Amino acid sequence: MEFGIFTVGDVTTDPTNGRTPTEHERIKNTVAIALKAEEIGLDVFATGEHHNPPFAAPASPPVLLAHIAAKTERIKLSTSTTLITTNDPVRIAQDYAYLQHLADGRMDLMLGRGNTGPVYPWFGKDIREGIPLAIENYALLRRLWREENVDWEGKFRTPLQGFTSTPRPLDDVPPFVWHGSIRSPEIAEQAAYYGDGFFSNHIFWPASHTARMVDFYRQRFEHYGHGKAEDAIVGLGGQVYMAKTHEQAVQEFRPYFDNAPVYGHGPSLEEFTRETPLTVGTPEEVVERTLSFREYAGNYQRQLFLVDHAGLPLTAVLKQLDLLGEVVAELRKHTEEAAA
Amino acid sequence: MTLHVAGREPSHRIAVVSAGLSDPSSTRLLADLLGSATAAALGNTEVEVVELRPLAHAITDALLTGFPNSELTQAIGTVTGADAVIAVTPVFSASYSGLFKSFFDILENGALDGTPVLVGATAGTARHSLVLEHALRPLFGYLHAVVVPTAVFAASEDWGASGGSDALRRRIDRAAGELAALVESRPAAGRGDQFDRDIAAMGSFEDLLGS
Repeated sequence: MEFGIFTVGDVTTDPTNGRTPTEHERIKNTVAIALKAEEIGLDVFATGEHHNPPFAAPASPPVLLAHIAAKTERIKLSTSTTLITTNDPVRIAQDYAYLQHLADGRMDLMLGRGNTGPVYPWFGKDIREGIPLAIENYALLRRLWREENVDWEGKFRTPLQGFTSTPRPLDDVPPFVWHGSIRSPEIAEQAAYYGDGFFSNHIFWPASHTARMVDFYRQRFEHYGHGKAEDAIVGLGGQVYMAKTHEQAVQEFRPYFDNAPVYGHGPSLEEFTRETPLTVGTPEEVVERTLSFREYAGNYQRQLFLVDHAGLPLTAVLKQLDLLGEVVAELRKHTEEAAA
Repeated sequence: MTLHVAGREPSHRIAVVSAGLSDPSSTRLLADLLGSATAAALGNTEVEVVELRPLAHAITDALLTGFPNSELTQAIGTVTGADAVIAVTPVFSASYSGLFKSFFDILENGALDGTPVLVGATAGTARHSLVLEHALRPLFGYLHAVVVPTAVFAASEDWGASGGSDALRRRIDRAAGELAALVESRPAAGRGDQFDRDIAAMGSFEDLLGS
């Protein structure tokens, strides 16, 4: 089982002092966070892809990931997510294969549709076609990594004749692909159809919903003959903030929670903690909560935590990562025991 | 409110949505009268009332976060899993109340497709009665619900007698009869939720690939 962090790269004002990092600071901080993730022994660092404020996540994640690859030795680099809808699948095939070479294979990627309506027309696409775009583009992406000469014609992009995507994947092994979705069963079906991984964001929706999506993916994975349902390749998101005591964690995190992008100014921290996997408390509480995910998601292969958003300053995030290192060490003990 | 025989599985389930804000509320009063009249017309019917006032925070949160909390999920399930819906709102500023609209805003696309609906509204004066025709009926038309021809409006003057004026009473019975007839002419609602509907609507992956 792999443990890691995923970032959305938001540039958010710190609600406790009104300070907003510059894009330059945020970008450099993201690198520092990735290096720290390797230092504390995490398995995965994943970045989102964004094209608009308030984000300073890369528009093309391989730019950031290649830089981190050069500065690290062990950690696997991934995305959360790579937009399969608005990117040309040819560019995804080429950029990520190139990253795979630079990172000596220490990478994979997670495909997502993106739910920011205005982004689609910037790239000549229509959000209402999100699912068909994800399905057609990925069908082409797979072929580009697996076939040297691709003849292809589809609905959304210029046809290709005898096209060879370069560079070829490292050792002719295409990068591993996860499909991320919050709520579209079509994407779980797509992941199952190909025997790829399925990642449930798990942050914004109640656990009961995640449980059904994961279970559906597992059943379909088995249906398509890729193995047993319980062996299907599942990843989950998670969101934590930790301190020595539960009270201290709640007190420190509350202003960030209350003003956070997406869910801020909505439900209370207590309610959101109850309804979603968000855990604010001691490292022991995080261990316990995280272990409870497998009660409804089964054994799964990848757990990514969100730790660096909502305006938390770099110093706080690095402190969180120190605690997360301890949490993950503890989680590893439990998962190894469970596997033994 | 349950009007079916205890221990016996009800033949029909009716959801009543009431957007009244006060307690007691004339909106809830009208909602209950419509519910019991419909149950009486159908027989062996379970009537479940969804009061929106206690869900007001949860409804706003759902608009902000994109997902309903567990309490609201249950209320939504009651409405979308019912054989018919009775929806009653006070008239605010010449239309349904914002809370009433917000509740229907957070329902998933298709959640009320083909569902028989009876609409009702209350206000201080009968001058607002066309709100039913120019606001509620188009809303449920958009949601692809089947709205019965008689919509029921109750103004303050209708509440003089207990259980409402004779005119109101007749209107309630007529509307309830129309809703009951519609429910009886249709197969019982599937008990699935949105996830089940999404999967049912998905088709095979080969079809998705080929589309």
